[in-house]
Amino acid sequence: METVKKPSLLESSVKDAGMGAFVTFALALVMVGMKVDVASGLGAELFIEYRWTAVAIAVVTVFVGRLLLNLFFWKPDNPLAVNLSGLMPSGDSATQIGKALKPVLLIIAIALPFALMFWLGARGSRQYIDLAILVTTYIMLGWGLNIVVGLAGLLDLGYVAFYAVGAYSYALLAEYFGFSFWICLPLAGILAAFWGIILGFPVLRLRGDYLAIVTLAFGEIIRIVLLNWYQFTGGPDGISGIPRPSFFGLEFKRGDGGFADFFGLDYSSIHRIIFLYYLILIMALVTNIVTMRLRRMPIGRAWEALREDEIACRSLGINTTNTKLTAFALGAMFGGFAGSFFATRQGFISPESFTFIESAVILAIVVLGGLGSQIGVVIASVVMIGGFEFFREFEEYRMLVFGMLMVFIMVWKPRGLVSTRAPSVTLSKDAKGISADLVQEGHG
Amino acid sequence: MDYFLQQLINGVTLGSIYGLIAIGYTMVYGIIGMINFAHGDIFMVGAFIALITIVALGITAATPLLLLIAALVLVLVIAMALTAVWGWTVERIAYRPLRGSFRLAPLITAIGASIALQNFVQISQGARNKPLQPLFQGGFQLSDGAGTGFAVQLSYMQILIIVTTVVLMAGFTFLINNTSLGRAQRACEQDRKMAALLGVNVDRTISLTFVMGAALAAVAGLMFLMYYGVVDFFIGFVAGVKAFTAAVLGGIGSLPGAMLGGLLIGLIETFWSGYFSVEYKDVAAFSILAIVLIFMPEGLLGKPEVEKV
Repeated sequence: METVKKPSLLESSVKDAGMGAFVTFALALVMVGMKVDVASGLGAELFIEYRWTAVAIAVVTVFVGRLLLNLFFWKPDNPLAVNLSGLMPSGDSATQIGKALKPVLLIIAIALPFALMFWLGARGSRQYIDLAILVTTYIMLGWGLNIVVGLAGLLDLGYVAFYAVGAYSYALLAEYFGFSFWICLPLAGILAAFWGIILGFPVLRLRGDYLAIVTLAFGEIIRIVLLNWYQFTGGPDGISGIPRPSFFGLEFKRGDGGFADFFGLDYSSIHRIIFLYYLILIMALVTNIVTMRLRRMPIGRAWEALREDEIACRSLGINTTNTKLTAFALGAMFGGFAGSFFATRQGFISPESFTFIESAVILAIVVLGGLGSQIGVVIASVVMIGGFEFFREFEEYRMLVFGMLMVFIMVWKPRGLVSTRAPSVTLSKDAKGISADLVQEGHG
Repeated sequence: MDYFLQQLINGVTLGSIYGLIAIGYTMVYGIIGMINFAHGDIFMVGAFIALITIVALGITAATPLLLLIAALVLVLVIAMALTAVWGWTVERIAYRPLRGSFRLAPLITAIGASIALQNFVQISQGARNKPLQPLFQGGFQLSDGAGTGFAVQLSYMQILIIVTTVVLMAGFTFLINNTSLGRAQRACEQDRKMAALLGVNVDRTISLTFVMGAALAAVAGLMFLMYYGVVDFFIGFVAGVKAFTAAVLGGIGSLPGAMLGGLLIGLIETFWSGYFSVEYKDVAAFSILAIVLIFMPEGLLGKPEVEKV
């Protein structure tokens, strides 16, 4: 039974592709087709460089792409996409895989530096271990932010502020008082938690988006203060010469009394890198263990309840103020730990490292990994930060692709890649795995 | 006194620009309850389109006055139209598929869209500042500064900005209050499902809201370009946060509120830099945002939001 009135598949597809091409033309005409630039020479005259081929390429690509997608994926009665979707793991099996994956990932993480050393030697493996340190730092930050966003459901766009507080606490304490890393680490965590409470207190009454904007504003305020308080923080010059951490008092240096000398090894700079890797790995794992433990305690359950429904929470007698504040403080504390690790690894910090983009990256890791999912954070960090470094040659395009990925992954899987939000505790045994799609977002 | 007067004039000019951007935030928040985080970058794109059109048309300060004004109107129309397409596209790609999804989802895509737009412009237009020679010189001398040693000037540029803003505001208020599109918008704002049942094309209305917001942002972009004479790919972020502050201060969802909030933020920022410190002017704006949200979440002219179970 053919429908006569409906335009044919080809006709509607061409029409749609034509519309797409037209919109692309309008978008690209000025912003791609013409590049305004400053002429060399004194007058600072502006001139325009025309690039019509680029516009033509964009328009043709969109036309052909949309046409093909229309013909084969979107419009037909029996699209290929349906056949493909069977191949994706469903929510339940993904959880199963996730469970099996954890010990494997842990073993890989622990064995990584030695495996790399074995294959690539000290010189070759250095950059990969550096990358692993970076990824692990983001995993730790992601887990820290996950307490605030994933568990308590409070959207924090200024998380980098606590990272900055941690980094500057260590750098300044070391500079002014000569404290060592191991004394400063807890202090940095405490200071960051303190700031978390200070910033958290006034914003408790705010909901959702408003909270996000205010935390963003706080993050920017802290960065601007760091940038302009020249006498104390060094302003845009930052702080350099931050001391390196020691291994139970053994410094990573050449000669007598150093780490290599004590253990009878030949001195190599890779020792310190490997030590830093294990340091951040242990710190990240502590973050994870604390979070997982807290989830089973009353406070963790209160967080999750808060995320699901704040009003119900309040009417059941949960003190929402304390619940939110502890989430803020704990998240901030782990951010502070990660910050002081960052300072000691880099040896140099400046406000440049703590811009809004950094907050956005950490938030993207948490959200794209799947809110509240610990393993999701790991996967997202490895994919995003690892991918980031992998495409280092395309420096310019990295952030563009990053932004676009944030949009597309979110549109494709709004609940993140590992999208289970099973509450830690449920009433009956049968109701255990509540599918993520059924869980409504709370008002937090 | 003269110094005060000059700051007042500058503040009102800056406030007009913020107000125009703030309208985009307030309309979108009013209709779908989300913060269009990419709106500041739409403003930036608008400023770039205006700059490119000005250079491509060969407009300079040497152009005869009547021709110059006609050409600027043309630039304004082109910038509004093309920026509107950008606004529409962002809505279509990043927000529409997530309508009815959970609350944080569109905010995340908005941040993604903002990052993507910024970096797209950085790649396609280069990272360097783009300085534009001033198109209008001179203005009215309100006081020669004989007694105080400080001359107060109201430049033609500032008059142009303020007049354009007032005209556009009047136009948009008329559009919202007296046309069928405005009625559809207000209907969607109150109850989207009911509006759809009564035959309002909700998707189209929301798209048009984004288009209108982007067109106004383009106007603000042109104003910003002519007032400051320089643009780069990063102007959208700070201007966006300040305009959002203005929208919240005035009461989100309210058009006159956005304008009032814009003026207040412009004045506060100008006076803060004039009397205290230039470095911390952004801190002043951000602090006001926090203080207003904490103590007066409904803003000056907004309606208090009722929390429902």
